[in-house]
Amino acid sequence: MIDIKISKHLQGSLSNIEMNVELVIKEHDFVALTGQSGSGKTTLLRILAGLEEAVGTVTVDDELWLAPKKSLPPQQRGIGLVFQDYALFDNMSVEQNLLYANKDKALSRHLLEMTELTGLKERLPRTLSGGQKQRVSLCRALMRRPRLLLMDEPLSALDPQMRTKLQHDILTLHKEFGTTTIMVSHDPSEIYRLASRVIVLDHGKIVQDGSPKDVLLKTQGSQKFSLTGELLDIIKADVIHIAVVAIGQQIVEVVLDEAEAATFKIGERVQVSTKAFSPSLSRLAP
Amino acid sequence: MNDLDLEPFLLSFKLAGVTTLILFIIALPIAWWLSQTKCRCKPFVEAVVSLPIVLPPSVIGFYILFALSYNSPIGAFFEETFGIKLVFNFTGLVIASCFYSFPFMVQPLQGGFESLNKNMLEASYIAGKSTLQTVMRVALPNIKPALMTALIITFAHTVGEFGVVLMVGGSIPGETKVASVAIYEFVEVMDYSQAHIYSAIMITLSFVVLLGVYFFNQRHNRRIGIST
Repeated sequence: MIDIKISKHLQGSLSNIEMNVELVIKEHDFVALTGQSGSGKTTLLRILAGLEEAVGTVTVDDELWLAPKKSLPPQQRGIGLVFQDYALFDNMSVEQNLLYANKDKALSRHLLEMTELTGLKERLPRTLSGGQKQRVSLCRALMRRPRLLLMDEPLSALDPQMRTKLQHDILTLHKEFGTTTIMVSHDPSEIYRLASRVIVLDHGKIVQDGSPKDVLLKTQGSQKFSLTGELLDIIKADVIHIAVVAIGQQIVEVVLDEAEAATFKIGERVQVSTKAFSPSLSRLAP
Repeated sequence: MNDLDLEPFLLSFKLAGVTTLILFIIALPIAWWLSQTKCRCKPFVEAVVSLPIVLPPSVIGFYILFALSYNSPIGAFFEETFGIKLVFNFTGLVIASCFYSFPFMVQPLQGGFESLNKNMLEASYIAGKSTLQTVMRVALPNIKPALMTALIITFAHTVGEFGVVLMVGGSIPGETKVASVAIYEFVEVMDYSQAHIYSAIMITLSFVVLLGVYFFNQRHNRRIGIST
């Protein structure tokens, strides 16, 4: 069990914020940390790793990691950290990157096999693709069999196909190694697939905490489905108005009447939802 | 023309070699600290480290003489306790060269360390490695061009020094008479042919050394995919 009670003054690019986080995480949980940039997600991860200072306490099982006038150095925390930019040791081969963390050859062989990297073990990091690099980084983080695995947007630099493959790897390894995992992510589908708990941070405070379904599904009351997006334009066509809304990578049109159109401003965050109809789902051509 | 006396060159290279070795050991922790610290005193330390670049060699020479001669507490202590004289001998030259060439070792190393991906260093700490292990096994191997520049430029700069050496060492053959001082003396006694030979050798050696550094850096950058 990880018990976190910390506060820290953060100097943001726009304003200074007071970070205040009180959180208990169960063993073997997979927690996704999400929220807008500058909300303190990475800072929280770095405080847990011992790379940044904070006021308060962090207790892991019976071990005190952070307390007034005491901070266990990152070397002694028994954690694994996966960085967004991989942070591999450029002077070492794939296998050496793993063995640097722990000289356990059997374990490194096993991890490389699981992530299909065995054929690349002699290669230097600069000759690998992004997805391959991140798999090496994940393996390296697990070499010391960490109790706590921290991941800072590990998949955000990868293409969707590679993401799906790595999500599978992450989940498999999380289960096999029995780690408690905390991952920073912005991708709802990724969070839904991997996490058992989602924590939303805003301005250094926890604003939502629950299961992925509770936090991510945005329907209210009798709404059948609802999507949030940005209002790009309102086009007048004869007697009706058409609102153009960007939802994720898609653009949709919604019909508005004159009075409704007047209440919206272009650039606003809007919600597209329906109550009357039952949406139908059909398979797309692959 | 007399036979060419190679001793001043050997002495120059011996001095440069010893100085480079000592400075590497002294400068490494300082360059590392400067590259990692957020201390407010950093500009102050950086200014002190860089002083020898702007000061006339005579100023450095004067203070070293003042501090290390038998009349000073330091000089007296070393002579009485260990029986070591610190000026007008090879030891004095090494000490003076270490001051004179200090920034040429610190600055490239510091620049190299600062250019490293901080996450890579943090990954090493999280892998359980101490700062020393991180510096030796991750930081230094990833700044090879900067390391090469620091070592070679310090060596070359020490070979090329004149003013400090003359003030602190004088010109004792086989002890403190290095190549640059020998050339100065040839010119003073108007032995221009010897001065020409010595100078030509110095130019050739210096050029070859610098060429080597730039070749190495170009090859290294190409290998890691930076276009030059």
